[in-house]
Amino acid sequence: MASLISAVGARVISSFTYIGEIVVLAGETFASIFSQRLRWRLFLNQIVEIGLRSQSVVVITGAFTGAVFAAQTFFQFNKLGMGSAVGAVVSVSICRELGPVLTALMVTGRVGASMSAEIGTMKVTEQIDALRSLAVHPIDYLVVPRALAMMVSMPLLVAECIGVGIAAGYFVAIGLLEVNGTYYVANMVRWTGMRDITMALSKAFCFAILIVFISCHKGLTTREGAVGVGRATTEAVVNASLAVLIFNFFLTMLLNIIFPAGYQ
Amino acid sequence: MIAASSSPLRAAQGAPLDAPPMISVRSLVKSIGPQEILRGVDLDVVKGETLVIIGRSGGGKSVLLKHLVGLMSPDTGEIWIEGENIIGLSERKLAAIRRKVGILFQGGALFDSMTVEENIAFPLLEAGERNASVIREKVNEMLDVIELEGQQDKMPVNLSGGMKKRVGLARAIIRRPSCVLYDEPTAGLDPVVSDSINQLLRRLQERYHVTSIVVTHDMKSAFHLADHIAYLHEGRIYFHGSPAELERSADPLIQDFLLGRSDGLP
Repeated sequence: MASLISAVGARVISSFTYIGEIVVLAGETFASIFSQRLRWRLFLNQIVEIGLRSQSVVVITGAFTGAVFAAQTFFQFNKLGMGSAVGAVVSVSICRELGPVLTALMVTGRVGASMSAEIGTMKVTEQIDALRSLAVHPIDYLVVPRALAMMVSMPLLVAECIGVGIAAGYFVAIGLLEVNGTYYVANMVRWTGMRDITMALSKAFCFAILIVFISCHKGLTTREGAVGVGRATTEAVVNASLAVLIFNFFLTMLLNIIFPAGYQ
Repeated sequence: MIAASSSPLRAAQGAPLDAPPMISVRSLVKSIGPQEILRGVDLDVVKGETLVIIGRSGGGKSVLLKHLVGLMSPDTGEIWIEGENIIGLSERKLAAIRRKVGILFQGGALFDSMTVEENIAFPLLEAGERNASVIREKVNEMLDVIELEGQQDKMPVNLSGGMKKRVGLARAIIRRPSCVLYDEPTAGLDPVVSDSINQLLRRLQERYHVTSIVVTHDMKSAFHLADHIAYLHEGRIYFHGSPAELERSADPLIQDFLLGRSDGLP
């Protein structure tokens, strides 16, 4: 029994230590953003890496999520004679939940993994020590450009995912399932408001912070060569994905107070 | 410690005898996990001299070197560089020290996403130099020094071990640090390339008069480069003296190391 309590205690302490390290990394990064010079070339490179190269992933995710969600909603609602309400359900759901969460998960898999692997490889090949020995702070050089690029790119990617998802839902509902287009759009516009878009962008910004600091922290603390890089990459993706899903619940509850759902 | 003369604080050739040490290490202790790597290292390095630190593999030579630029923190002890104790300094305050002390890593530690030219130019760009012709001129001068003219567009993955070390060296010295640390500069190289690296280091010492600390277990390299040699054994400086004094030493431990004898070792 004592050993069980001891094991649980050690696990709790290590979890709090881990969260504390990520918070410290975030604090040092924000301090650097406001006090050190920004390396614009690295920042723009990261915008390309995170924003531009995630286009296909985000567009496909948004399109097929919107399409299948419109179809499933129609199959249920049509039995009740509410086929034209599909547009409202799809747009509000994609804005408030599906768009931000699915984009965050896809970006975690594509960008978070690449960040932790790249920084982790630099760590185990002494490239980060080389940076430090050349009087360059690794946070200024590696984390700040990635964090800023992520905070800029994620809201744009989420907005793109939402737009594509709503458009795909429209084409499925109107083109394939023969829902009345006028009522579909009228209901969608009536029930979707600025509050939903603000909520989506707020979530996108928060998820960007979670993904970038969890991934960079894993990279910066990588040990034990190639195996360590693999482990760090896997843990970065798993931890960031779980953090997005867990944080999403609390964020939803909080943001719903500020931006309540439904027709006002 | 076996001191080969009356004081371990000997001046390098050309340096005044009473010159204060550029680098002083005092009672440096470092453990990694359960293993005690450094058990109280005391060492002085006089400005302008070349000190070679020898010792068995895994004996803590590279760990000691990394402490000198603040890449590792000791458990206890002090490191004074030009009168400033660097222990406990924040990463940002260490930057000023690191501008004075360059380091050549064992594997070169080149940035693998950059070309040779970008690697060598990196410290200049980070120092705020934006004039492309000045950067190109300095990079070409470095390429000439390390005898790698025409290789500036290669990526590190396409370089041999010796070439990587040369590029790493150019990157370490392009901003003219007052001290350069070399971590196993000839490890893993064939004898001919090792000799060319030794010649290069000697030329650099003559050309730029930098204080140098070379960590190696290559005795040929040690005798070729050293003004003084320190033997690190079981986490402490066991011997500190000139190469001639080391050769003359009758101490069985030193003789075993010099002759490469493993009798009696576990």
